[in-house]
Amino acid sequence: MSQDVHGATPAGVIVIGAGLVGSAVAYGLARAGVDTVVLDQGDNAFRASRGNFGLVWVQGKGYDLPDYARWTRSSATRWPALAEALLADSGIDVQCKQPGGFHMCFSDDELLERQARLHRLQNALGDYPFQMLDAAELKTRLPLIGPAVVGASYSPQDGHVNPLKLLRALHASAQAQGARLHGGVQVDRIDCAPGEFCVSAGPRRFVAPRIVLAAGLGNPGLARQVGLQAPVAPNRGQVLISERVRPFLAYPTINVRQTDEGTVQLGDSMEEVDFDDGTTTPVLAAIARRAVATFPLLQGVGLVRAWAALRVMSPDGYPIYQQSNAHPGAFVVTCHSGVTLAAAHALRIAPWILGGAQPDELGVFTGERFLPDKVFSHAH
Amino acid sequence: MPTDPLFQPVASEARSPRTVSLSFNDQPLMVPAGSTVAAALLMSGINRFRATPVSEAPRAPYCMMGVCFDCLVTVDGVPNRQSCLVEVAAGMRILAQEGARDLLLQPANIAPGEVQP
Ligand SMILES: Cc1cc2nc3c(=O)[nH]c(=O)nc-3n(C[C@H](O)[C@H](O)[C@H](O)COP(=O)(O)OP(=O)(O)OC[C@H]3O[C@@H](n4cnc5c(N)ncnc54)[C@H](O)[C@@H]3O)c2cc1C
Ligand code: FES
Repeated sequence: MSQDVHGATPAGVIVIGAGLVGSAVAYGLARAGVDTVVLDQGDNAFRASRGNFGLVWVQGKGYDLPDYARWTRSSATRWPALAEALLADSGIDVQCKQPGGFHMCFSDDELLERQARLHRLQNALGDYPFQMLDAAELKTRLPLIGPAVVGASYSPQDGHVNPLKLLRALHASAQAQGARLHGGVQVDRIDCAPGEFCVSAGPRRFVAPRIVLAAGLGNPGLARQVGLQAPVAPNRGQVLISERVRPFLAYPTINVRQTDEGTVQLGDSMEEVDFDDGTTTPVLAAIARRAVATFPLLQGVGLVRAWAALRVMSPDGYPIYQQSNAHPGAFVVTCHSGVTLAAAHALRIAPWILGGAQPDELGVFTGERFLPDKVFSHAH
Repeated sequence: MPTDPLFQPVASEARSPRTVSLSFNDQPLMVPAGSTVAAALLMSGINRFRATPVSEAPRAPYCMMGVCFDCLVTVDGVPNRQSCLVEVAAGMRILAQEGARDLLLQPANIAPGEVQP
């Protein structure tokens, strides 16, 4: 593409970060016909998008913040359209299946807590389908369930995808729609002038009237440069991967799911360990034990991989979506459920970036809620 | 595409006086003691070890060092074993790995410890 007289590459929108979040936004922008440049640091970055569990999950989310539940649902209901568009643009089937999902409980207290949480969501949202199942009812739905499971919640809203195919499909589809993706470009500086952002990555420069910060754990430092707050921090999740086995599980569950190709994915921990993405035997053992307690036939399954990845977590666990007041045209988009929210990011965030109305649900997700002098409250 | 093995047994092994008998898909074979199952089967002219789980394409060992998982076979009832990492033993019963393992068919007498060497 052309370079202007100052040696900077011009674009309509610059997206920083090509993980699931940046790629989904970039795909939406490119589909809208905007000249989109995506800059991604590369393999030396911490990248949740390459290590996650692949759930498109609704049940239980946002029980103390209904706008998050609404936003999540608005993405889940748009997921079939996203999957279809990705298939058309890239030829990649991301294996989106939404047969509903199960959340297993191992004690009566857990089951009661689960029920209360889902009732609260149903009261706040109205139409919010779910069922509580006792051990016997669960056994008729999932005959292979283990005796340690005392019950489960089921919601028809839940599903799963192949998250690695999703990332590849987003990259390929965005590029098929004209986006320019640059790997190995670590942005170190953003200069703001009225109507123009100049992004520097070493000697390379890119300019655009709009800029989207979707750099995952790289967001805090970038946000400050454009008058935004994005105090996200790492939260580690460890995952186990089995050999491929014949299909035995037709539904995603919160801790065990089987992929379209037969692999069983066992998840996942939540650990505050700063920027450490190593695996640890005790945590992996606990994940394996819980999976075997859920489905005892997994007892002898061969495990072929284990990994850890770092979630992108804000202090209250909810996303941050905001346009800068100081520098309009600069947006931050970051969340901890980038698989689930991919459809909302592509189909609802992108039009907002291009000057459309901010989606109704997003008012509560500003980064300023984390400023120390603000009284912390959820406006809803 | 030819699938004749590219491997040549090292002379000392080939002349090894010690052999063990085992079976592959119920066909009896005499193979050099101390070799891996993968080497022994290749040496015996076997070039289809398994069918892949998704497309059921035929496969044979590729890396011979535990990395590629293309050499999977069922050994004494334990499915999906990497034959390049398992030493032959007298009386071993080896079966081609036909696609993905079926967890619903696991033999009850296999202790979990045996499954993950
Ligand atoms: C174990 C685990 C399980 C999970 N399970 C699920 C699940 O089941 N469902 C779900 O919805 N979500 C799940 N998630 C969360 C999901 O993976 C993340 O929300 C999502 O991947 C975040 O995407 P991202 O693009 O924000 O971040 P990342 O994937 O971290 O991408 C950020 C990108 O920004 C780039 N970058 C950073 N700094 C710079 C810079 N200065 N310049 C240029 N580029 C930069 C990096 O190279 C990186 O590629 C899980 C996460 C983990 C860790
Ligand atoms: S031949 Fe590669 S793992 Fe056995």
